[in-house]
Amino acid sequence: MKYFKAALSLTITLVIVWALNRPWGSIPAFGPLLSPFVGFWQNAEPAASPDETLDINGTRAPITVLFDDLGIPHVFAQNDYDAYFAQGYLTARDRLWQMEFQTHAAAGRLSEIVGERALDFDRYNRRLGLGYGAEKAVQTMMVNPTSRQIVEAYTAGINAWISQLTPADYPIEYKLLGYAPEPWAPIKCAYLLKQMTSTLASGADDLEMTNILRKFGPAITADLFPSYPTREDPIIPPGTKWDFAALPLPKPPADSGRLLDQTASRFDVHIPRPNREIGSNNWAVGAQKSATGYPILANDPHLGLSLPSIWYQIQLVTPTMNVYGASLPGAPGVVIGFNKDVAWGVTNVGADILDFYTVRFKDASRQAYWHDGQWKPVRQRIEVIKVKGKPVVQDTVLYTHHGPVVYSPNTQPFRGNIPVGHAARWVAHEPANDLMCFYHLNRAKTYDDYTKALAQYAAPAQNFVFASNQKDIAISPNGYFPLKYKNQGKFILDGTNPADDWHGRIPPDQNPRVKNPPRGFVSSANQSSTDPSYPYYINWEFAPSERGRRINQRLSAMQRATVDSLRQLQNDNYNLKAADALPICLPLLKADALNSNHQKALAVLKTWRLNNDTTEIGPTIFNEWMNRLMQTVWNDEFGGNDSVPLRMPSFDRTLTLMQRDPNARWFDNVRTPARESLIDVVTQSFSAACDTLAKQHGAIGRSWAWGPHKGTDIRHLLPGLDAFSVLNLNVGGGSGIVNATSERWGPSWRMVVALGPQPKAYGLYPGGQSGNPGSPLYQNMIEKWAKGELYELLYLQSPTDAHKRLVKKLTLN
Amino acid sequence: MIQFLLIALLSLLAQFLLPWWSLALVAFLVCLTTRSKALSAFGAGFFGVALVWLIYALVVQFRTDGVLTGRMSELLVKANQPALLIGVTVLLGGVVGGLAGLSGYYVRQAVQNQGRIHPAE
Repeated sequence: MKYFKAALSLTITLVIVWALNRPWGSIPAFGPLLSPFVGFWQNAEPAASPDETLDINGTRAPITVLFDDLGIPHVFAQNDYDAYFAQGYLTARDRLWQMEFQTHAAAGRLSEIVGERALDFDRYNRRLGLGYGAEKAVQTMMVNPTSRQIVEAYTAGINAWISQLTPADYPIEYKLLGYAPEPWAPIKCAYLLKQMTSTLASGADDLEMTNILRKFGPAITADLFPSYPTREDPIIPPGTKWDFAALPLPKPPADSGRLLDQTASRFDVHIPRPNREIGSNNWAVGAQKSATGYPILANDPHLGLSLPSIWYQIQLVTPTMNVYGASLPGAPGVVIGFNKDVAWGVTNVGADILDFYTVRFKDASRQAYWHDGQWKPVRQRIEVIKVKGKPVVQDTVLYTHHGPVVYSPNTQPFRGNIPVGHAARWVAHEPANDLMCFYHLNRAKTYDDYTKALAQYAAPAQNFVFASNQKDIAISPNGYFPLKYKNQGKFILDGTNPADDWHGRIPPDQNPRVKNPPRGFVSSANQSSTDPSYPYYINWEFAPSERGRRINQRLSAMQRATVDSLRQLQNDNYNLKAADALPICLPLLKADALNSNHQKALAVLKTWRLNNDTTEIGPTIFNEWMNRLMQTVWNDEFGGNDSVPLRMPSFDRTLTLMQRDPNARWFDNVRTPARESLIDVVTQSFSAACDTLAKQHGAIGRSWAWGPHKGTDIRHLLPGLDAFSVLNLNVGGGSGIVNATSERWGPSWRMVVALGPQPKAYGLYPGGQSGNPGSPLYQNMIEKWAKGELYELLYLQSPTDAHKRLVKKLTLN
Repeated sequence: MIQFLLIALLSLLAQFLLPWWSLALVAFLVCLTTRSKALSAFGAGFFGVALVWLIYALVVQFRTDGVLTGRMSELLVKANQPALLIGVTVLLGGVVGGLAGLSGYYVRQAVQNQGRIHPAE
């Protein structure tokens, strides 16, 4: 009995300890998680902490870091190596989990952490060749002695932080998911850059467009999907002279009709369409438009709103530079920022840099493919995917000279038994050393430095805006733009025909660029890079032009601009899309078909001042109506389905059609026997929109207000982690508005820099410097961000500078 | 009382250096090597560990204005109830400590009283 009791109690104790010490599926190990000694308690940080002096291995000279009240480090190093070492160290200190998670995602390694549910995602990233691209990029980085040094210094700094961690110190996400950080390596910097390319430049609708071409023929396709929109105000002001002798354009292949037969109508993997919400604004006003007599520059990149914040602010001071700005956790240097002489910012260029090629294999073994009149060998790359709690998964990816065959051959093979697949040619596979662009921008003093820096940049292509205290302003859609014939890559390309290959690149010095245009400002908001006079093809479709046109309207009218007037422009809520559409749509409404509720909604729309402020009801109705209208017009013919995916024409094209061709056949719903007119379609979609909103919010009134209707969420990177997210923010603006804050997307960093003898800069992002939900600096900037306000960015000159906002000093020996 | 104090003190030291489950080891060893009754062994383990966990949790809570406890309670108990989360934490530590203490007691009984008639049995 005694033995039995001893054995029983011991067993129960051991089983409970064992059970609490391990995770169960997605349930974390509660013992170590709840223990105040090692668990989440250890991640809670007090608001203030005392000055510190740390001895760490790897620095070359003592480094002084001053922290301001937002937790932003101002690094004073005696050499460049130490500055990047400190950047790595400090970024890891604040953002280790995020850095590793994002690079794991790019490398197709999320299954290791979260298990089988990430397997498709991992497989997709690997098949698209993110790892392949990162391997090429890191090789290029390590060849150049400068980039090698900064990447190695940054890596050493991160590892100096990681190596002294105990499990109690791990960021909370490691404790929840039950894994440990691994050492950083230079290739992870490359993964991060590929991840950005993947976010900003991996959408493609080549497949949808090809299906449309097949279904409707070339005339209708060209008519409904034109290569330049009706409403546009391109980034390079029309009339700008191209000061170069353009290369001859490649010739399109003579016979491309045959291609339609061999192209599969669907892919086995879902390729995202280009996300039109991804966008950004930037502009610079010249000295003549500015109240200070010097240029002022503004930038707000719009990305998926997430926590930990996408950006990490830092100031780096060494004998070769004094730069301040937003960096990406995982990449050394400052991506968007300013120094004493210049400021720069970026917005995305929606360039056509991901193309798909049909591949004709010799036989079912798929060891050779046909190209340029001969069989060429297929290279195999084995992707080994570790899966948490499951056996390792192997995936063989086939590579042609175009790139990886993302899709296994479709069920509709080309001619008999010859299997056909689709290879992806993607700019992320080009060897590039993008870090050097930022290295030089961080140290730039003049316009010439800016153009030299830009020549080193490949992807994701960005509109680089620039201003200097020599009173130059400039902008350039810049990156690796493949040299193509016009519209090459609008449709799926023929992988057997060398005429369809990429033909090198547009020379970097012939990328579109404008310096000090007569209008006194430069700007971009992801719209068309140039008007059709530019000799090369960049893409046939860019983001809708509303933000760009609105910014240009405001800047054209602006005189004596100040930091504050540019800040207000960043928060401009005017709905130019409504200004375009309502004068066309409202007169078409058939009043006698509307009931009294619809009439009330109509009255609201008619008195709406076309602003997307939080309390307005107009934008709620307008948005719902236009979404409905597009669906009603196009869904019958261009809705597509899983086996033949299609896409709709743009909103711009639809409006133009309504204006110029009101009797077009497209307005008829082919699924009904009756023939609908444009008037029917406009009226039906309006009443349907009102009915939907009434169902959702009740009778028309305050419950329809735009702010709560839209609701803006800033979510933690791990899906479903609401406790670490900030949900339902009441913010105005929206998709297509200069203040581009939509449900899940928005300004991920706002910055305004007034150049001058000394720069004055302001900025913030929706989050905080710390990635730790247990830090008071995790989301402390969100409140001001939601109000559209900015913090002054402290641009320090020396480690002995005193400022009332400096709260802590850290010395790294 | 001695057991309780020993467990509190030694588990505190152990957990600074060793994994969290060292608290169980401490409670077990203390009750194995000192004389007590079953209930008091459990109580010493439970309250010895719970007290340490409670004090440490409260120190963190007040030093950091509960910045993380609110979020973690939303995550784990689906409500912003820091007090509840502190309670769950203390209970978990206490139960493990108590069971380990009880095991110590029973093993002591099994080993020490070998061959002797114990009035309680």
